[in-house]
Amino acid sequence: MKRTDELAGSAPPLPSQEPIRLVDPQGHRVGEAEYLTPEPGTLLALLRAMIIGRRFDRQASALARQGRLAVYPSSHGQEACQVGGVLALADDDWLFPTYRDCVSLVTRGVDPVEVLTLLRGDWHSGYDPEPHRCAPQCTPLATNASHAVGLTYAARRKGQDAAALVLMGDGATSEGDAHEAYNFAAVWNTPVVFLIQNNRWAISVPVDKQTAAPTLAHKAIGYGMRGYNVDGNDAAAVHAVVSHALAEARAGGGPAIVEAQTYRLDPHTNSDDPQRYRDDAEVEYWKARDPLTRLEALLRGEGLLDDAEVERMSAEGERLAADVRERLSGPDRLTPEELFSHVYSTAPAMLRRQRQELLDEMRKG
Amino acid sequence: MAEISLGRALNRALHDALDGDPDVLVYGEDVGALGGVFRVTDGLTATFGEDRCFDSPLAEAGIVGTAIGIAMYGQRPVVEMQFDAFALPAFEQVVSHVAKMRNRTRGRVELPLVIRIPYGGGIGAVEHHADSSEAYFAHTPGLRVVTPATPADGYSMLREAIECPDPVVFLEPKRRYWATADIELPVRTEPMDRAVVRRPGTDVTLIAYGPMVATALEAAEAGQREGRDIEVIDLRSLSPFDEETVTESVRRTGRAVVVHEASTFGGYGAEVAARVTEQCFHYLEAPVLRVGGLDIPYPPPKLESYHLPNADRILDAIDRLQWESEWVPGGTGGQPPLHQTGVGA
Repeated sequence: MKRTDELAGSAPPLPSQEPIRLVDPQGHRVGEAEYLTPEPGTLLALLRAMIIGRRFDRQASALARQGRLAVYPSSHGQEACQVGGVLALADDDWLFPTYRDCVSLVTRGVDPVEVLTLLRGDWHSGYDPEPHRCAPQCTPLATNASHAVGLTYAARRKGQDAAALVLMGDGATSEGDAHEAYNFAAVWNTPVVFLIQNNRWAISVPVDKQTAAPTLAHKAIGYGMRGYNVDGNDAAAVHAVVSHALAEARAGGGPAIVEAQTYRLDPHTNSDDPQRYRDDAEVEYWKARDPLTRLEALLRGEGLLDDAEVERMSAEGERLAADVRERLSGPDRLTPEELFSHVYSTAPAMLRRQRQELLDEMRKG
Repeated sequence: MAEISLGRALNRALHDALDGDPDVLVYGEDVGALGGVFRVTDGLTATFGEDRCFDSPLAEAGIVGTAIGIAMYGQRPVVEMQFDAFALPAFEQVVSHVAKMRNRTRGRVELPLVIRIPYGGGIGAVEHHADSSEAYFAHTPGLRVVTPATPADGYSMLREAIECPDPVVFLEPKRRYWATADIELPVRTEPMDRAVVRRPGTDVTLIAYGPMVATALEAAEAGQREGRDIEVIDLRSLSPFDEETVTESVRRTGRAVVVHEASTFGGYGAEVAARVTEQCFHYLEAPVLRVGGLDIPYPPPKLESYHLPNADRILDAIDRLQWESEWVPGGTGGQPPLHQTGVGA
């Protein structure tokens, strides 16, 4: 057992009060020696995924307004967090997203229509978690974080070095499950990066009513973890810091909390009224820090991007949006009898009977 | 054959499961060096190492949450909740994720995990150490909720629970941990989701589970001396409910009493009584009665005997099953005197 005075030297450093930034809001590099700015190819991939992700998000919001989705929690403005985090993952790594993280799933390669299944109301999760290593989107806050800890623990037992990225919001950090997950991850030394998208608002409650910590990244210190405070609208910085944290974790350095400072430009969901709780000036401030224009400006300024390339990326986003629109335009194809199919590995007699009763009811009309 | 307690049978089941499948893991609070507060995990760390049986941080939601991730990766965690009321912090994980993972992923992700919970009272424990939470879990679709009443079932059902592709809430009646039986392990009893007739009879069916099976059998023995031929069913599986075994019995006897030690109001017995009434109405000679604990927070240890059903209360209920034609529901005429058998409690 280490004594308290022997521990002092091994504590992780405090996260910086100023977020780590590699590209300023005008698109200029502000190099940080510790975190390597991604290579041009990676920067282009980040921009492409953000352009596609934003187009998808806009399309989903439109579908919600048209009543084709039951609800849509937009992540407009948070693309750098989701794209930067996901593109830092290796193929064998796992993603644990929440309901607001549809863009992360699209970036990971999940069929966008399957991503929207939950929000359309067809089923609770539309995709098979295994092929893309994406857990079902989680609606309760922070409860998915410990799942990631267990999963990576199990992977390590098998001698596999799968790491996990847990997406969570600022509000989720107040939940007891967040604490338990951070603590388990640190004690078990599992390779998990908890990426907190601090978008300033948990529905109507601002982050300063959520925590008294200087930053959410500071929470890492109490668990014996590393904490990073990063500019969440700087895709290069998010990617660099998450990559760094994943590499450290994989090498046995333990889990980390990465807090990304970003902003939810849209309402909490399409049924929320943000005018009741926040003012326009705040929204305008953050609009001027848009993650897409920032990275585009950098790439153009350094001669790595031209109009034709932006056009190609945008066209890809348009094709995806059109495809989503078309595939969601038909009538619902619901199979009510499936309600009984996956409750247990083998349906008990009671469920078999209820299934038959429902089928009879449907037949009668 | 050897005298084996329920606690030792469970220990042996964990031992054999760990021995038979490298994907089985046992963890929780104090399950390692200490062997669990009831010693159910005794010796497992010494035999299989810290990789297979280990102490986790003290955090029930975290224990169940991490078990979900471990099971998602294809392994088989068996976690201990130490005491019934201490499982409540994990309740959200159990209800929102454990029970639903298979369903929400359309059967693509299964969670073969076991959550062991020592439950119930009767051991003189202080507050929060004696609750019966089976109705909360049994109300949740997607969970299998089982409870053994004998050492043989303790061994067999725990092995089966660990092998089961569905998540199982495994409720251990803590006051029966020390109850012994003369058995040879390993043993396989009836399938986990079946009820069994513990004692055949023709006059009335007692439906019990977990800690109350022994009490129901005591009542049946005492009732025999009064000329009542009482059948005792041990449900074993609370969810799914084995309607077939129960229905067959009640249709034969025409009378039924459900017994459990959890508070009666909104309890599991209400579900059983409703189902039996629906399925057996035209065979019933009397309403289905419930004998459960009082509708109070679990009492302090020196008062728990007032709360817990005993053989006398069960026999009193049987007496109220309209054996005498002059008995009037709600009235006092014709009701026989209360039993004082001295058994139970």
